Amino acid sequence: MGADFIIAAIITVVGLTTPILLAGIGELVVEKSGVLNLGVEGMMLTGAISGFAVTVITGNPWAGVIGAAIGGALASLLFAVLVLQLNSNQVATGLALTIFGTGLSSLLGLSFTGRIVAPFLSVFPASLSADPILKVIFGYSPIVYFALLMVPLTAWFLKSTRAGLILRAVGENDLSAHSIGYSVRRVRYAAIAFGGAMAGIGGCYFSLVITPMWAEKMTAGRGWIALALVVFAGWRMGRLLAGAYFFGILMALELYAKASGFSFLPSQFWAAMPYIMTVVALSFISSRGTAGANAPACLGKPFLPST
Amino acid sequence: MTSLSPMEESLSPRLELSGITKRFPGVLANDHVSFSVLPGEIHALLGENGAGKSTLVKMIYGIMQPDSGEIRWNGERIIVVNPKAARKLGIGMVFQHFSLFEAMTVLENIALGMDAKIPARDLEARIVAVMSQYGLMLEPHRIVSTLSVGERQRIEIVRALLLNPNLLIMDEPTSVLTPQEVEQLFVVLRQLAKEGCSILYISHKLHEIKALCDTATILRGGKLVDTCDPSVETSRSMAEKMIGGNLKDIQRGAGRTFGEQKLVVKALNVPKDGPFGTALKGIGFSVKAGEIFGIAGVAGNGQNALLLALSGEVSAHDHHAITVGGAEVGHMSAKARRMMGMATVPEERNGHAAVPDFSLSDNAILTGRDRLGMVRGGMIDAAAAWTYAGEVIEAFAVKATGPGAFAESLSGGNLQKYIMGREIMQKPDVLVVSQPTWGVDAGAAAAIHQALVDLAAQGSAIVVISQDLDELLSLCDTLAVINEGRLSPSMKVADARIEEIGLLMGGIHGEGAAHAH
Repeated sequence: MGADFIIAAIITVVGLTTPILLAGIGELVVEKSGVLNLGVEGMMLTGAISGFAVTVITGNPWAGVIGAAIGGALASLLFAVLVLQLNSNQVATGLALTIFGTGLSSLLGLSFTGRIVAPFLSVFPASLSADPILKVIFGYSPIVYFALLMVPLTAWFLKSTRAGLILRAVGENDLSAHSIGYSVRRVRYAAIAFGGAMAGIGGCYFSLVITPMWAEKMTAGRGWIALALVVFAGWRMGRLLAGAYFFGILMALELYAKASGFSFLPSQFWAAMPYIMTVVALSFISSRGTAGANAPACLGKPFLPST
Repeated sequence: MTSLSPMEESLSPRLELSGITKRFPGVLANDHVSFSVLPGEIHALLGENGAGKSTLVKMIYGIMQPDSGEIRWNGERIIVVNPKAARKLGIGMVFQHFSLFEAMTVLENIALGMDAKIPARDLEARIVAVMSQYGLMLEPHRIVSTLSVGERQRIEIVRALLLNPNLLIMDEPTSVLTPQEVEQLFVVLRQLAKEGCSILYISHKLHEIKALCDTATILRGGKLVDTCDPSVETSRSMAEKMIGGNLKDIQRGAGRTFGEQKLVVKALNVPKDGPFGTALKGIGFSVKAGEIFGIAGVAGNGQNALLLALSGEVSAHDHHAITVGGAEVGHMSAKARRMMGMATVPEERNGHAAVPDFSLSDNAILTGRDRLGMVRGGMIDAAAAWTYAGEVIEAFAVKATGPGAFAESLSGGNLQKYIMGREIMQKPDVLVVSQPTWGVDAGAAAAIHQALVDLAAQGSAIVVISQDLDELLSLCDTLAVINEGRLSPSMKVADARIEEIGLLMGGIHGEGAAHAH
């Protein structure tokens, strides 16, 4: 009974963590390039409906995931054009993207409401994925493993590759990168599109895995948690992974508090915890006198070369 | 260094510009500029701010394209499409404002400047080789934000040298260096020139050009006015070509005496704000009525923190730390200090000293409202502000369309004159100014200097914080040096030795300090 409960709890936490981890990886890369995209929620919803629609039409959830990535990336490119080409305010444009994504996904979802697909679950043989113990390792959707794989891959990309170095340089000092001869806009387009694709995949985890159907606003504000997560992690990939699971546990506590009825704290308290913890983490970081030392210096500022 | 031998003179030019013209909206930045640079020549490009020097080299380095005219490289006509193409040709550039990435290591910064993909280990070996060849020592794995300005410039130079350049462009390289660092830089540049590298050296510091350069091309208002040999010119003759008129000296009354102490700062401590800030540690100095007190130092050694602490934007927790005319003001806000007769002019004109999209008249209200009674019963007296702004514009010969002009529509020099005038005409007992002539042309700088001298003559105490040592030496009576948030003892300018000031400016960063022990 105890072991069963622990395994069930772990599986719940992994399920809650995966979408914010995916969106968080994407947003971390975007912010490292110096762009603040507050439209994560909108891109996740766009991904959720695109992934669901493609799966319904093709019957293939793998195609659905790719569709979600493309949907999220397309939504983010809309943001990219406004922010990079027209130098619109990043905060306002990001908020607009969330509102737009919410509305667009509802519109696209009209003809898919009430449809159900087979959940995109483990591809391992049942002897592993249905085993009462081993399912804690093998019992997840491929999206979960993809998210976990992307953590070291993205960290390696940012730290050790030349392209990653250039991306960080663009986020650190766009004018210098420009004067050395790098295309700031091109780097940021790529980063924003990557962020959109990752948020899209994170979004389709809701519509293909958690509840294999489409419902309006089904991401339920997780895009905002992903944004908080990036700040909480101090723009470091290792801490992003740890923070995502920490937030996942908090969200699980919220669910259990709601479901059990027994609770020494109201479920709303747990729902608020990720944000409270982000504020606490920020205060802690700044009290050590290294406030934002790892935050990209150009975060959220428009790129205005003098030519 | 010396004049060219006949053999060298027969060499064909490495770089040749003819008829280069570049127009920006409303300004002709370069008007048919033509000159050439020989192999191994150190060629000065001389001119005031806004004369078109930076625009010209940006076109050579491919950051901008000329509207018309030709660039020839080793005799062949070329179009430099971007900086990458320039580097491929063998043109390197060290920028005035460093293009460095603060949060990254020296190695990463250099790698970003390289076009070829070199594995980190090979690159490190090559960097070490270049550094020891030219005596430019740096720790490859240090984070740039922990380095001094001189060390940062070394990164830029190493980055440029790794490309084996045939032409090195240096844009105002010494404006942030200590005198010792300048000497070290010149040694490197002379060695490079000897090895055949041409150097295009942009500056407005004439004694440096006389010490370093073989030829000087002088620009004024985008036009080439002369190409001369600095060794036969005097600093004054070049300055007059540069400004196109006679140079005015500061007029001081003879036999000046100082009055009682107006500003006393004692054991002023301020913790650092942010990871890249500087803490102030036990700052102490005093300024008498009629005295101009200079604070020298390399940028980033606590000048900003000191200005904020003096203005009252950051209040000292200790009441006694700052006294104005005997009254303790350490705990007071900026507004209260203004009322006590203390005015400040920060370094940043747009956004700190003035609101860019406010009119000059509205900007006058921001600091003058209480002292000049521009607010009555909570309502702004717009007419009084308008009149006052008009008086400042007239008294300080500010080029503006009138009190209604937006602050951002003024050129740097004119806005600076306006801001200085706004404070000076309030007749403060104590005036603290930071970088009063930063980015200001020589004419406006002379006017600002004269106004400060005149204010001191009327019995005000003045503090000038500046990185420009020449400015402080010509303007101030007393001088102290700030380094890493600590202020040196005060010295009389008349007795000060420039080597000593240089050593103080270098502090623990400078190589000079090590020699002194």
